[in-house]
Amino acid sequence: MAPWTRASGMSKGAFGVLLRRKPLGALGGVLLLVMVGLAFFGGWVAPYGYDDADVFSRLRPASGSHWLGTDNLGRDLLSRIIYGARVSMAVGFGGVALGLAGATLVGLLSGYFGGRVDILVQRVVDAFMCFPLLLVALTIMALLGPGLVNVILTLGLVLAVRDSRVIRSAVLTVKTNLYVESARALGAGHGAMIVRHIFPNIVAPIIILATVNLGAVILIEAALSFLGFGVPPPHPSWGGMLSGAGLVHMLRAPWLALWPGVALSLAVFGANMLGDALRDVLDPRLRGTE
Amino acid sequence: MVRYALKRLLLVVPTLFLVSLFVFAIVRAIPGDVVDMMLEQFQYGKDAAELRQKLGLDRPLAEQYLVWVGGVLRGNLGQSLWTKRPALVDIAARFPVTLTLSLLSIVISLLVALPVGILAAVKQDTSGDYAARSFAIGALSIPNFWLATLIVVIPSFYFQWAPSIGNFVGFREDPGGYVAQLVLPAICLGITQAGVIMRMTRGMMLEVLRQDYVRTAWAKGLAGQGVVLRHALRNAMIPIVTVIGGQMPFYVGGSIVMEHIFGLPGMGSFVLEAISRRDYPVIQAVNLFVALLVILSNLLVDLSYGALDPRLRHE
Repeated sequence: MAPWTRASGMSKGAFGVLLRRKPLGALGGVLLLVMVGLAFFGGWVAPYGYDDADVFSRLRPASGSHWLGTDNLGRDLLSRIIYGARVSMAVGFGGVALGLAGATLVGLLSGYFGGRVDILVQRVVDAFMCFPLLLVALTIMALLGPGLVNVILTLGLVLAVRDSRVIRSAVLTVKTNLYVESARALGAGHGAMIVRHIFPNIVAPIIILATVNLGAVILIEAALSFLGFGVPPPHPSWGGMLSGAGLVHMLRAPWLALWPGVALSLAVFGANMLGDALRDVLDPRLRGTE
Repeated sequence: MVRYALKRLLLVVPTLFLVSLFVFAIVRAIPGDVVDMMLEQFQYGKDAAELRQKLGLDRPLAEQYLVWVGGVLRGNLGQSLWTKRPALVDIAARFPVTLTLSLLSIVISLLVALPVGILAAVKQDTSGDYAARSFAIGALSIPNFWLATLIVVIPSFYFQWAPSIGNFVGFREDPGGYVAQLVLPAICLGITQAGVIMRMTRGMMLEVLRQDYVRTAWAKGLAGQGVVLRHALRNAMIPIVTVIGGQMPFYVGGSIVMEHIFGLPGMGSFVLEAISRRDYPVIQAVNLFVALLVILSNLLVDLSYGALDPRLRHE
């Protein structure tokens, strides 16, 4: 068995294990859960609609009726932040799922078959890595146009290429195990080898990649929206709420610059902490160095 | 060492070829017709055939590629559809700003990350170590554009002071002022990377400090500083240099945001303008230029291994 799968004991009361061994990681998990909850049930939790404008209470500081204040159109900041979780979580989870599906496919094929396929695929990955992530994302968004689905597609594509290398190296490690050789000696076909013997043993690195990337994807989406290439208004996104267009208002009402960033940082912090903790728990090489 | 350098240089060729294919594909991979979109949404003239010719889209693909690569090799990276200026002229004018900003960010990240990372490793599991690790996690979680926005907004609201934005001072006018105006953006950009480098430094130092030769150095009675800096740090440096070199795309990408916030006329703001105007020749030119820059920095990082690790020089 690959060393990674030993951690499958995680499934038995996984959260309890995480809480005992990695309290900060568990806190990260709780933070993420809260964000996901807000994304799903924001409509019930938010005191106002995200686009409910009250022209008589524009740029008001925090008060009993608007806990975090209002923006330049008199919209409730707290409600917009709660609704903003939808974009971040949709792009975060959507982008990571799409990216990892692509990365797993490419990494499995490249690592398992090796040879010329591997050399070719890896050179393509090399070339792709020469472009800064944000520049690639901006360029693709310029081609596809703004919108939620396009952001998810773009970030999914970028992640698929980058992460395929990590998956490939995991496949290369698993491939050298005796049980893989035994299966081959018993006459298992390529399909069976990949699906039954290789894939189940690279699940742990895939889980680690998912959580580690979640924070990164949320950040890139925010940067894209900040620059005006993400999800277009009026639907609120945390990055969009911080965007330069609102700077004039932020100078008069600094809470507009503060709270969306706090929400964004908490989400990224949660994802990073959970990712770190899962890596420590699932990756045996790091065990004992906690 | 020369053979190693030559071998490494040869490996660049296929990467260059693929990078050129990617950049070439930018305009051609768009769903639908890029020319129709540019005419309808961005009013780049009225004549579709003329625009197609200008972008070189009226010839067979292979010919288009060869003509484009031929131009690139002669230093012609394309011409802006908006300003009609050669893209390379603008890149040459704006690149020094981005380069200074990136280098300054790297210096700031290293100044913060190396001492903190080394101390955290030497004093593992003390309150200082926990503080350093918390700083690193915080630095990784706080978006740099938010930090920059706060730096602009908060002092202006509470202390009526704001960093000067949009009053760019050129290097020739006032070298001191030129660097000074880049310090705040460089801090915002560098602090995130400081988190990454600090974690790496701490991890590598912990690993190296447990090695036998370090124990021997302690046992010989060498002074603590010498052991940590000369014996441990030098051996921990290779992965750290790899991380810093590998972060070049991050610095260029991050400068897009910083130049946007602080109104700096660098390559980042240049490409952002081009992207908002769908000025494809410029988008292509900047992508190609940045990719070449990254390839060059990766090459320099690889070559620096020889200087850091004498074993590699003799292989």
